[in-house]
Amino acid sequence: MKETSPLNLYKQLPQTNCQKCGETTCMAFASGLIARSKKIEECPPLVEEKKYAKKLAALKSIIAPELKMVYIGVGDKQLKVGGEDVMYRHQMTFFNKPPFAYDVTDNMEEAKLVERVKKVSTWKKFYIGKWERVEMIAVRSVTDDPAKFAACVKKVMENTDYPLILCSFNPAVLKAGLEVAGKARPLIYAANKDNWKEVAQLANDYKVPVTLSVPFDLDGLKSMAVTFAEMGLTDLILDPGTAPNGKMLQQTLLNFINLRRAAVEEAQRDIAYPVIALPINAWMTTDDPVRAAYWESVLTAAFTIRGAAIMVKHSVEAHSMMPDMHLRFNIYTDPRTPVQVKPGLYKVGNPGAESPVFVTTNFALTYYTVESDIASNGIDAYILSINTDGIGVQASVAGGQLTPVKIKDSMDETGFDWAGQKSAGLVLPGMAAKFSGELEDLFAGKAKIMVGPEDSGRISDWMKSFWPPK
Amino acid sequence: MAGKMTLSDLNKTLSEMNVQSLEGVKIEGDIEIELDAGAGGVGPLFAYYFGQEAAKIAMQLINFAKAVGYPVDALMQPVAVAQAVAPAPAGMVAAAAAAEPAFKVAAQLASAKFSVGTDKTWKLPIQEVTVGATKADGGSRGVVRKLGGEKAMAFFPDAPMPNAPKITMDVFDMPIGMAKAVKMHYEDVMGSPAEWAKKAVNKFGADLVTIHLISTDPLLKDTPPQEAVKVVEDVLQAVDVPICIGGSGNPDKDPILLAKAAEAAQGERALIASANLNMDWEMIGKACKDNGHVCLAWTQLEINSQKELNRKLMKVVGLPRESIVMDPTTAALAYGLDFAYTNMERIRLGALKGDDELTFPMSSGTTNAWGVREAWMVRSPNKEDSDWGDRMLRGPIWEIMTGFTLAMAGVDIFMMMHPMAVSYVHEITQSLMGLIEAKTPDTTGWLKMGV
Ligand code: B12
Ligand code: SF4
Repeated sequence: MKETSPLNLYKQLPQTNCQKCGETTCMAFASGLIARSKKIEECPPLVEEKKYAKKLAALKSIIAPELKMVYIGVGDKQLKVGGEDVMYRHQMTFFNKPPFAYDVTDNMEEAKLVERVKKVSTWKKFYIGKWERVEMIAVRSVTDDPAKFAACVKKVMENTDYPLILCSFNPAVLKAGLEVAGKARPLIYAANKDNWKEVAQLANDYKVPVTLSVPFDLDGLKSMAVTFAEMGLTDLILDPGTAPNGKMLQQTLLNFINLRRAAVEEAQRDIAYPVIALPINAWMTTDDPVRAAYWESVLTAAFTIRGAAIMVKHSVEAHSMMPDMHLRFNIYTDPRTPVQVKPGLYKVGNPGAESPVFVTTNFALTYYTVESDIASNGIDAYILSINTDGIGVQASVAGGQLTPVKIKDSMDETGFDWAGQKSAGLVLPGMAAKFSGELEDLFAGKAKIMVGPEDSGRISDWMKSFWPPK
Repeated sequence: MAGKMTLSDLNKTLSEMNVQSLEGVKIEGDIEIELDAGAGGVGPLFAYYFGQEAAKIAMQLINFAKAVGYPVDALMQPVAVAQAVAPAPAGMVAAAAAAEPAFKVAAQLASAKFSVGTDKTWKLPIQEVTVGATKADGGSRGVVRKLGGEKAMAFFPDAPMPNAPKITMDVFDMPIGMAKAVKMHYEDVMGSPAEWAKKAVNKFGADLVTIHLISTDPLLKDTPPQEAVKVVEDVLQAVDVPICIGGSGNPDKDPILLAKAAEAAQGERALIASANLNMDWEMIGKACKDNGHVCLAWTQLEINSQKELNRKLMKVVGLPRESIVMDPTTAALAYGLDFAYTNMERIRLGALKGDDELTFPMSSGTTNAWGVREAWMVRSPNKEDSDWGDRMLRGPIWEIMTGFTLAMAGVDIFMMMHPMAVSYVHEITQSLMGLIEAKTPDTTGWLKMGV
């Protein structure tokens, strides 16, 4: 969406201020549309009443993202790819984090195949209150044998509901894969200059999104995109080529930047499709698995930052999946919303009269880290989340948002009954150790003030030695 | 339906009935009904999607058309109407698809040219800053390092980057606690800053070294400044690359310490780290100016404080532009990298777009990455996390990703520790500048690759 004035969207709204969308006015709703925090469907009259059909259509075309959004997969695992509006994240936010598709091949031993598919589809890490995962499997045809490929795709689908990328330049192989997986709306990889006619036919027959692969030739890539669009195929993903090293790597990044710029800054609709990156190519540059995995991560970072909408990857080691997932998360975090939790007293597990009260701040990263460290170790406890304007413990102790008086006042506000506690212990973060004396005075014996470890990851060990208080 | 029906009457009636909502159905002058196969989901299937509403309209359309004497049945594709009126039978999707107008593969590829412009809003270049001075310039360094000079965002097509990002490796004036994966590389030199510096340069390829005078911290050894700065001379003797000199972070003592260090290294054009708004920045800035050094202006993830400090160093202290580098603060991967990245990207874009209080090279304290628990903890405190794997491999990549991400935002000099992290950040940044020759494999080869 290039439109920046809510007024122009307001013109296409019912203008009745009926508030069914949850906003007080249509104008406010229009601002929400600009910020993409509201969706058209949230205005019931506009969608339901026939008299607004024309406005609805106009509005839809105004707010369509500059970079086309393509859906891959079906059901609750369906992925949105592309759909971006900006070049830099601070200009609004990036919306759809690029799915990571980990490869399997049709010549893998069955047990290995199943193990790898399971590893990818169950991989998870807790971060800021949620489980983060990766999301796709890319099935590569190494054998070039349609029957083997079909069997492999079938096995993969028996073991995961993650969306797939079917990878081969051989239309017969792709067709065999589509016969098995077609209804699950996989992405096919890829049409190239040799096979595009057959692959276009497949994309049409099975109604699946298709990758156009024209490495290092943006004129050729655009020609193919235009041709496919003219045939009515617009669920396209572009592969401009990913060189893993040398001068061609520089060219790769420049191509990504130029394609993004053409799409979101110059509104060149005929090339405004999501782009696929292939960090997996790092594995063709070395036999050393650590070197390959590290280089793959580095490529992943480059393309996550500069516009890849989907990626094919190989390393499923923790030293790849963890940093890559976090980097993607950080780049796609919405910079417009502060990452805070509501201040107050929270319960973890089933706390009772023997349970500690842990003090922390309302910075979401801090709060959820502490909460997960407590919960995952089966500890029953209270957490007092203090309003430090969303600043973490270490920084808020340094900056003065966390003080003994504030801790005392926040505790009082919760109406917590210390008299009912058999073990009345208030545990400070190790980084706030210096508050303990003053807090002793403030609480005047109502609760014992204890100093926990510096890192909440060590609370479990700390409990063994120090809880209950003597 | 008595009387004559004109085309405009028809259109009017149709528009009252919202025929526009039937995307892909066009009504032309001679009442020709066109089914646009190009629009997604149209074709006979539209009936399925639009249901009874569409059916009613279609029936009205037929009636109107018949009323004005058009051979409707011959013109209309029967599936569209028939199926719209009837409730969708089982297997209808397949049937409708079969009746869809044939998809036609193009005979040949269209010929199109791709072109895109450059960003015309970028007006100012980043100041080029030289760290280190050779004999000819009054110092004793064998090489100097140039930072900055960009005319575009890092690695963008608009203008080539004149100087590759540089790495200065940390050396401490006393043994300190560090993650196991880092410590193993320095155990043998931990007692001697000079040997440590040599190892960093000769073995690990550091472009510069930073001597951190942390023993001056009142909570550590409280070394007096006069004594602490002797180490600076040792390091200058040991290596011939330019150096950075850091304090302990104590806001009361650092200005005195750094002023002394600036004197001790007079003429060497060291990078003095750092002046901060919460300390006597004026004293530090002045020491840089008087002794010919570069001042590192450090603020905490806040663009306006950065402008304020830069302005003060220029206007109050009178530091020349070519003697300022900024450290807008590095928060590590998964622990605030989003703030650090965006803060730096905005600073760099602001500078390029004409804010001359921000047109300075940027520095990153990338070593912060080692503070992150994922970089050093043996296993996850959260029992349900997937296995965290080998921490000896997790740590270095944490430092690499933190540094490289900020290189993309525009950082020109990195303070780093792990040798492997140093070599990867060098390699990727130089690759993206096209400085590294390598035989590139066939980029479609991965499809059949056997790993
Ligand atoms: C990001 C950051 C900021 C951001 C904060 C963003 C935010 N929303 O919090 C900003 C830019 C605002 C900031 C500002 C400042 N910062 Co700052 N900042 C950092 C940084 C880079 C990361 C902090 C972080 O998020 N850590 C992650 C979170 C999860 O950590 P945490 O909240 O402390 O929680 C951990 C522990 O405390 C513990 N824990 C938490 N709760 C509990 C509860 C219990 C019961 C227990 C047992 C344990 C426990 O476990 C958690 C997980 O490990 C650190 C450097 C670093 N460490 O990498 C500096 C750092 C914290 N900042 C520092 C300083 C000095 C400041 C400023 C005062 C600088 C200035 N002069 O202006 C200001 C203060 C501003 C303010 N408070 O208003 C210093 C603190 C020095 C010290 N030892 O006190 C640090 C260490 C940098 C440094 N080396 O100088 N900062
Ligand atoms: S629901 Fe629609 S019409 Fe009602 S106030 Fe919201 S935007 Fe306006």
